[in-house]
Amino acid sequence: MGVISETIKEMQGYKLHVVQTEKFKTNTIVWKMKAPLSKDQVTQRALLPHVLQASTAGFPTTAKLRSYLDDLYGANMFVDVSKKGEYQVISLSIEVANEKFLSDSTPLLAKALELLSEMIRNPLAENGAFDSETVDKEKRTLKQRIQSVYDDKMRYSSFRLIQEMCAGEPYSLPVNGELEDVDKITATSLYEYYQKAFAEDELDLYVIGDVSPEQVATTASTLFQFAERTPKESNSLNGANREEKTIKEKQDVKQGKLNIGYRTNVKYGDRDYYALQLFNGIYGGFSHSKLFLNVREKNSLAYYVASRLESHKGLMMVMSGVEFENFDLAVKIIKEQMEAMKSGDFTEEEIDQTKAVIENQLLETLDTARGMVELLYHNVVSKVEVSLDDWLKGMQETTKDEVVAVANKVNLDTIYFLTGMEAAE
Amino acid sequence: MEKIAFEQLKEELYYKKLENGLDVYILPKKGFNKTYATFTTKYGSIDNHFKPFGKDEFTKVPDGIAHFLEHKLFEKEDGDVFQQFSRQGASANAFTSFTRTAYLFSSTSHVEKNLETLMDFVQEPYFTEKTVEKEKGIIGQEITMYDDNPDWRLYYGVIENMFQQHPVKIDIAGTKESISHITKDMLYECYNTFYHPSNMLLFVVGAVEPTQIMKQIKENQAKKDYSAQPEIERIFESEIEEVAQKKQVLKMNVQTPKCIVGIKAPSSTIKGQEMLKKELSINIMLDILFGKSSVGYTDLYNEGLIDDSFSYDFSQEQGFGFAMAGGDTNDPEKLESRITSILMDAKTGSIFNEENLVRARKKKIGAFLRAINSPEYIANQFTRYAFNDMDLFEVVPVLEGITVEDLKAAAADLIDEKRFTVCQVVPK
Repeated sequence: MGVISETIKEMQGYKLHVVQTEKFKTNTIVWKMKAPLSKDQVTQRALLPHVLQASTAGFPTTAKLRSYLDDLYGANMFVDVSKKGEYQVISLSIEVANEKFLSDSTPLLAKALELLSEMIRNPLAENGAFDSETVDKEKRTLKQRIQSVYDDKMRYSSFRLIQEMCAGEPYSLPVNGELEDVDKITATSLYEYYQKAFAEDELDLYVIGDVSPEQVATTASTLFQFAERTPKESNSLNGANREEKTIKEKQDVKQGKLNIGYRTNVKYGDRDYYALQLFNGIYGGFSHSKLFLNVREKNSLAYYVASRLESHKGLMMVMSGVEFENFDLAVKIIKEQMEAMKSGDFTEEEIDQTKAVIENQLLETLDTARGMVELLYHNVVSKVEVSLDDWLKGMQETTKDEVVAVANKVNLDTIYFLTGMEAAE
Repeated sequence: MEKIAFEQLKEELYYKKLENGLDVYILPKKGFNKTYATFTTKYGSIDNHFKPFGKDEFTKVPDGIAHFLEHKLFEKEDGDVFQQFSRQGASANAFTSFTRTAYLFSSTSHVEKNLETLMDFVQEPYFTEKTVEKEKGIIGQEITMYDDNPDWRLYYGVIENMFQQHPVKIDIAGTKESISHITKDMLYECYNTFYHPSNMLLFVVGAVEPTQIMKQIKENQAKKDYSAQPEIERIFESEIEEVAQKKQVLKMNVQTPKCIVGIKAPSSTIKGQEMLKKELSINIMLDILFGKSSVGYTDLYNEGLIDDSFSYDFSQEQGFGFAMAGGDTNDPEKLESRITSILMDAKTGSIFNEENLVRARKKKIGAFLRAINSPEYIANQFTRYAFNDMDLFEVVPVLEGITVEDLKAAAADLIDEKRFTVCQVVPK
């Protein structure tokens, strides 16, 4: 028996993934649609799910739709747009109480699936156009969402690093789209894009909870039917290995935000992906890692300092907040720790510690329905079939030599520093 | 050990008060991989004026010391406790709020070892002048990080506006200046006063067998030599009804302005079931006024005054409470006046009826079920409730008993223009 059992069924135009578990008081539905990131679609894709969740033909105002969700014991519905490697993924989620824990026996999961179907198949539209008032409101909100990145300096500096580092690659496109493209979208053009997306995107439906896979499949087959398609592949570009570059930007900030991007040249599904995960864990992923110990605990330079992987693009990002004048020192220590990794200057104990923590992190992720979906969805993005058991085993069997080998594939690409107006050059 | 069963929820809670006064709760979660444990003291940023253990005189300590102590408890003579937790496959953390300091771990293996580590590191302080000095740089960077965060500044700006005297107005982390005065002796004085087991609660939730875990905790605690401690004496300056400041506008490096309207709750000494009922009534009231299905939210959204950052919230502890509503907006002045008028209309009570009550109640019950999927939520909220003599598992029964009259009474009590305040963040 594996740590998780996922039933996958080929449906009409999409795949249905069901995980049957009794541990939750709720059932969770996630609808995912994936397409390659591209300049001419990114903004429409960022807008589309927000229009779909604002109203439907049956619930023509947001207040009506939201009242209905409240009546379904506060069904929690939300949309999200994310980047997975060079893909842009739209998610529509509904989490609904399992009525067996209520005194009222309304079949909430069936109602939630019907509502999801209503949202994606029966939007408020006529004559080939969405309701223009809805589109206008959501365009306005999208603009604010795009702008909000400038006001959160930690997010801003992460965003700027990617923009600089991946310039010319689709991955540099902002997940919420481009401000200047929002006003080009009309109720008609968005409706055309909606039809195109549902005809061409790779579609996946996840249902997690105390449910029967057969029953969910029966319900889903009547509610969701789409044309068959061959999902489009991204033209993944690997940035050429080049000289490292340093970019400093001045703004009115009190703390410098340091973000460093590396190319790992390893992706999810690759043989040395487990070694990469261990490498990241020993280097900077946790509070026992080299970066935390050396930048924070030994030198008191920072409160936060960590590294994280982008598994589908093959990137690693280090982020920290330091005094402006400590830039050189912080970069020096971060580089020294990378050299230590490359030359194998870490112990078996550090490896064991990191294996234990990563295993713990993976198993903990399975204790939330959304975590489960995100883990399982890696396989869809990468077109591989790695079970959680394979993952855990692969990681545990990884040796020090393999970690050192992977460390030597990692190249520093770009150093980005958001510094204060008064900082010295 | 006492067992409390919640049949509708299919949960069982185990409880015991140990001889040294520690309250221990265990909630097994079937099917979960992880175990999550919190070890919490009823000691937070507001406890800055008190009679130290064994002394006769009251003392005032520097702002930010509870949070500083939280950081320093992780460091031991032989290194950092994070290292030990990760060797045992756990992830550990801690947080300090206005009224609590909690230490926690979660792990899917070696649960007993991790639990032992948790109890021992919290109960064996090791502070030196050198490590205290080193921490000032780290916490200094934590403070500057928050200084750059406009949402944080906005939230604390509203609280600062509300209170004249009460220490809830002080930033939890203190300032670089205030923490510069902290010494190891002060840390020991706070520690000895507030970390006695009789002022603490241990909650373990997840993949555990209650009898075994309780036995382990009992044995661990029995080995430690605690003498009985008298009730801790704390002083909170008396607080008048009016807010300290009606409005504060912060100029920051932002593109989109932000605005929050806050209401300072009238002072009250209620606790237990009465406090729970009040809290849930106010939460339902706010859902009816500002929830996504409300007329208020719909109008504000349609008028272009709010976006998805809009939120609202009510917080209360013994001695203080406040409600807030707001978010990003292109027109902070207009949003302020619209929120104020929605609130003032609600004071008359005419908006509340059986239909919106039933709907909001269903929404809250569903949200509660969703929340108790989370071991973190259960442990943290249960502890918060217990420190106020409330019971987390009474939430659904109390919700079911709330009437339209309760909502009207809650609105009439909470909403009063002299207790309104506003904080805005605007571009420089």
